[in-house]
Amino acid sequence: MTDVKTTPIVVPHLAETIVSATVAKWLKRPGDRVEAYEPICELFTDKVNVEMPSPVAGVLVEILVPEGRQAAVGEPICVIAEEQADSASPNIPGRSAALDGEESFRTAAAAAEGGGLGRRDGVDMRARYSPAVLKLAAKYGVDLTRVPGTGLGGRVTRKDVERYIAEGRHLGQASANGRSGPADSTASAVSDKTAGAAQPYSIAEMPKVPVRTSGLHLVEHPPTPRIEIEGHDDTGRGETFIDVTPMRNLIASRMRQSVAEIPHAWTMIEVDVTNLVLLRNKLKEEFYRQEGINLTYLAFVLKAVVNAIKDYPIINSVWATDKIIVKRDINISLAVGTEDAVLTPVIKNADQKNIAGLAREIDILTKKARSGKLTLEDMQGGTFTVNNTGSFGSILSYPIINYPQAAILTFESIVKRPVVINDMIAVRSMVNLCLSLDHRILDGVICGRFLQRVKENLESFGPDTQLY
Amino acid sequence: MPVITYLEGIRSAMREEMERDPRVFVLGEDVGKGGVLNATKGLRDLFGEDRVLDTPLSESAIVGVAIGAAMYGLRPIAEMQFADFIFPAANQIISEAAKIRYRSNNDWSCPVVIRAPYGATGGGSLYHSQCPESVFFGTPGLKIVAPSTAFDAKGLLKAAVRDDDPVLYFEHKKCYLSVSDEVPDHDYEVPIGKADVKREGTDVTVITYGMTVHYALKAADVLAKEGVDVHVLDLRTLQPLDREAILEATAKTGKVLIVHEDNKTGGVGAEIAALIAEEAFDELDAPIRRLCPPDVPAVAINPVAESFFLLNPDKVADAIRDLARY
Repeated sequence: MTDVKTTPIVVPHLAETIVSATVAKWLKRPGDRVEAYEPICELFTDKVNVEMPSPVAGVLVEILVPEGRQAAVGEPICVIAEEQADSASPNIPGRSAALDGEESFRTAAAAAEGGGLGRRDGVDMRARYSPAVLKLAAKYGVDLTRVPGTGLGGRVTRKDVERYIAEGRHLGQASANGRSGPADSTASAVSDKTAGAAQPYSIAEMPKVPVRTSGLHLVEHPPTPRIEIEGHDDTGRGETFIDVTPMRNLIASRMRQSVAEIPHAWTMIEVDVTNLVLLRNKLKEEFYRQEGINLTYLAFVLKAVVNAIKDYPIINSVWATDKIIVKRDINISLAVGTEDAVLTPVIKNADQKNIAGLAREIDILTKKARSGKLTLEDMQGGTFTVNNTGSFGSILSYPIINYPQAAILTFESIVKRPVVINDMIAVRSMVNLCLSLDHRILDGVICGRFLQRVKENLESFGPDTQLY
Repeated sequence: MPVITYLEGIRSAMREEMERDPRVFVLGEDVGKGGVLNATKGLRDLFGEDRVLDTPLSESAIVGVAIGAAMYGLRPIAEMQFADFIFPAANQIISEAAKIRYRSNNDWSCPVVIRAPYGATGGGSLYHSQCPESVFFGTPGLKIVAPSTAFDAKGLLKAAVRDDDPVLYFEHKKCYLSVSDEVPDHDYEVPIGKADVKREGTDVTVITYGMTVHYALKAADVLAKEGVDVHVLDLRTLQPLDREAILEATAKTGKVLIVHEDNKTGGVGAEIAALIAEEAFDELDAPIRRLCPPDVPAVAINPVAESFFLLNPDKVADAIRDLARY
């Protein structure tokens, strides 16, 4: 038997201002093998949700904090048993059955010597299939995830497959799986490698996750934990309960804080972006070929806003009771909506980027936001927020300031409208810009000038504008 | 069948070939009085000093003379006193013997046998322990044999003498007196280019040649008690390699350990591993492993460094055990 050391895993110190985190979802179950740095759970914090990497390798023994519960930084959330020498430890549930007496020499040999060729000790080899194993599996249509592995690190050896076939166990597996044929099941076995690594023996038993068809949650992205509410099974009264996710709760408290503390004022201007539309249409295909990303209007808007902030730095400030802190760095928070949340990742030092650079940043951050991969670093340090409300068809909106910033600007839908120019009616591409401002810091005049500067900047984009 | 030593197998093969064919003669340093290792002991009394030629201390001349004689129709057996001293003759072997048939468009051949006692016996140090087979291994036109038993030693030496092309005959000095087995009285040959399965098994395949065959067999006996079933393939011929036997032995277990006393880099094992990777990839159930002495210039004389360098049955058993666990 090998030495087993149990290690409590605590909530890490994620960032300066974060004192606690909510366990959103456990990615590992008790009994699962965990490699060092492998994500064990998702944590929600005040700023972002992160995947928590395991600091040690071993077997998850016990979960101390269930999904949906909060834990302070430094508080243990689970216990992992570290293995000292041998990955084939009989402690692992699901492995012990595979280690029968016949293979005892392997364990003995493992205990007897530490070095030599057996340096892969401790590495999970269950999902690593040798050419000989794959060849046999293809020939006989064996689903390798069902074959008990007796090799190093639980690896499925050629002999394991031969024994499995000799016992005829592969014959019943196709119908049990609901798969059509041998070739099909083998292909799945190969492509499911990562899933197999996490839970090799229980894939078939995994419960089907119910898909919500009502309420706000059209898709579950980012992953939302379901918190059980006691005794709400009386479904016959035409009401549906939607559990408040940690993310929803966070958005709610931020919005409430902003509205409660900041005296909002609101103003709007309209901008003629006909030339910008022409410019973008001229460049967008070439840009996509060269850069591989879309050239959006938002990149131009950010450029116009950033240049206007440089002229009116007070827009880039924070209220601090007895003084106003003006930030030198212009870091633009970008509101990115998903089906069930809104996130504000930050483009750092936006004043130092050209239009192409801004387009690339927008592309990276929106993709990260939609796939739930934003890091804390991506979310911190914003000084002014831009929201592209036009993307969901709005022509006028009243944004709530991204606390504790001083103002937020929305870019609405571009629409063709009849406009009077030189006493003649022309059809021009027009767009509304809306600004909510902290009236403690800013007044109408300064905001008016700021918006006029944004307007001038946007209207000055034309056929000669350089992207780089 | 009588049981004879490996050395007696070599000696009796030479004697019988000299009796059978008057064109066969031996030459080398001190071969008249039997040679320093007693391989030619008694031959001068039987065949006279014209057919058991003492030569000066010049390996280049020994092999050069033998090549010339072979091209003129004789069947010389040239003895290198130790394989360690074969390098002065390397030019004759690689540039002349190996190329004569090719160079003369098949008009000439060079039926020479060069006997090279190789390997460590313990306490031999730098110049009496080397395994130089890898130097000649990549030379087309040469045949290289390295028997591990008395039966194979005798049969291969006869085949080498009768072969119409140059054969390098590596005889392991540690086998000379420590290895004895049954050898038939009648005339027989062991064909060049045919490997031999010395033990059947299903868990791990060991591919080896020379003294390490016996280490592998001893290790296999130990491991059999632990439940590991070892398959041992004795190559017997290094050039040309018995590809079919190697691939068959690989398919037998899917786990291959190559063992030899020559150092690892650029050794025979490297070629075998490459061959398996090229032609039997789908049969592999584990990475191909090699167990060889480290890449240091030669065996040391001090016992600690010597035992660190040289293989033994325990080291082979450990390596097999590791591969079995994989």
